[in-house]
Amino acid sequence: MKRGLFTVKVNEGLAPGTFRMVLAGDTSAITGPGQFVNIALEGKFLRRPISVCDWEEGSLTIIYKVVGKGTDQMSKLPVGTELDILTGLGNGYDLDKSGDKPLLIGGGAGIPPMFALAKKLLAQGKTPAVILGFNKAEELFLEEEFKALRMAVTVATADGSLGVKGFVTDAMPQEGYTHIYTCGPEPMLKAIYDKSVTSGQFSFEERMGCGFGACMGCTCKTKYGNKRICREGPVLEKEEIIW
Amino acid sequence: MVKTAVTLSGVPLDNPVIPASGTFGFGYEFAQWYDINCLGAISVKGTTREPRFGNPAPRIAETPGGMLNAVGLQNPGIDKVVAEELPKLREIYHKPILANISGFSLDEFVECCAKADVSPHTNIIEVNVSCPNVHHGGMSFGTDPNMVYNVTKSVKEVCKKPVYVKLSPNVTDIVSIAKACEEGGADGLSLINTLMGMRLDIKKRKPILANLTGGLSGPAVFPVAVRMIWQVYEAVNLPIIGMGGVQTAEDVIELMLAGATAVQVGAANLVNPYACKEIIDNLPAVMERLGIQDITEIIGGAH
Repeated sequence: MKRGLFTVKVNEGLAPGTFRMVLAGDTSAITGPGQFVNIALEGKFLRRPISVCDWEEGSLTIIYKVVGKGTDQMSKLPVGTELDILTGLGNGYDLDKSGDKPLLIGGGAGIPPMFALAKKLLAQGKTPAVILGFNKAEELFLEEEFKALRMAVTVATADGSLGVKGFVTDAMPQEGYTHIYTCGPEPMLKAIYDKSVTSGQFSFEERMGCGFGACMGCTCKTKYGNKRICREGPVLEKEEIIW
Repeated sequence: MVKTAVTLSGVPLDNPVIPASGTFGFGYEFAQWYDINCLGAISVKGTTREPRFGNPAPRIAETPGGMLNAVGLQNPGIDKVVAEELPKLREIYHKPILANISGFSLDEFVECCAKADVSPHTNIIEVNVSCPNVHHGGMSFGTDPNMVYNVTKSVKEVCKKPVYVKLSPNVTDIVSIAKACEEGGADGLSLINTLMGMRLDIKKRKPILANLTGGLSGPAVFPVAVRMIWQVYEAVNLPIIGMGGVQTAEDVIELMLAGATAVQVGAANLVNPYACKEIIDNLPAVMERLGIQDITEIIGGAH
């Protein structure tokens, strides 16, 4: 965990209400995909926790949805703005459990962390496939970037305007994958939990106070005891989840 | 060199800055950000007799100038705190510790305070009669002068260490509560706990917090803290640990001028993990700018 000043390098719309921000600063505290950063915004008391889409030395990318006043404010920040950000928060995904053919499933704002995860898995010689879930075609983002990684990409839209009609679970194979990695709205996670036939890692969202384990604002119950979504999470193992 | 040291009922503090209970866990989360031995003292997470999960999520809501929390006293229980958490904190921290005790009955307050008192790792027992987020306990003890008197007196009978009673601002007359603590034999007072508040999700047309209500903290409550510390300082002759929305060294000075001997920093820790350290680092320069040589000179100095 580290606090640092980051400079907005890119802040652009990808789809209606969805934005990509590239931030320059010290990323050395980020240890793995599935972690998040917590961003201080002018005039807002609490920080905004956002998952990391991708990072390299000196730069990180987030893709975020405008869901309230804070993210709306973020979407209007000009290039060059300096932001106070806590980095390296949360546990992230465990790559060692992936097997050879892990299946990555992202729904909406849960898609971004799948990108860095896919890159890391590919770098390890694994063969990941990804399912991207949206409500409708116009919400689409990151599909081309995933395809550029030369991996199998399936798109599902709830209204059938693109790809498989239905939810990500309608695009899920019955078998043939070795592990599930997923992030998205809780009903989606539950549906994947019920349909999946392997072990898996599920990333959860909760309202947070601090984002680094101090306030107990985001505690949930698991089969292995109480866990803070911000610290022992956001990624939980399938076998420990209590719905 | 200015002097920042203060004393709370015989317990010496290098400086008056103490992270407030519930915003600092048992310290070790913050030891990953900085050496916590720079702190005046630590008030650790509120503790009850039984382990508590706390309230269902969501437990946090943002507000203008602050936040609501309804954590609901999540804690591992007094036995585990004394046997595991405090010794673990002591491995990395050698300054004073305030045990923060809450309860749902007089017996529970007494039992937990007695256990905290005999721990070799505690220095002050802070009795929380003011948690707004637990039902049939906490704040219901802190809003009735008779109940506060009974809790204070009973706890004092089993404690050798100084007992500070943490007061709720959710009362019509905080002075009557403070006086009840004084009559019950309290060694000092901590104030203020959070103010009960509520937010609604206007899209879902429902309360944001699963507990419906929560405790308001952050800079929004600072003037309320100044006012209540002022009133209590006028009325009782006990040392006060002031708190409520403190964010800067200037805020520390202001609460001390109102009557506080030491100051706790709460919600600020959650948005800036370095909040306490930065306040402590800035304090000497702010004192010099204001012509304060010894910080104890300004306690109640505005009266």
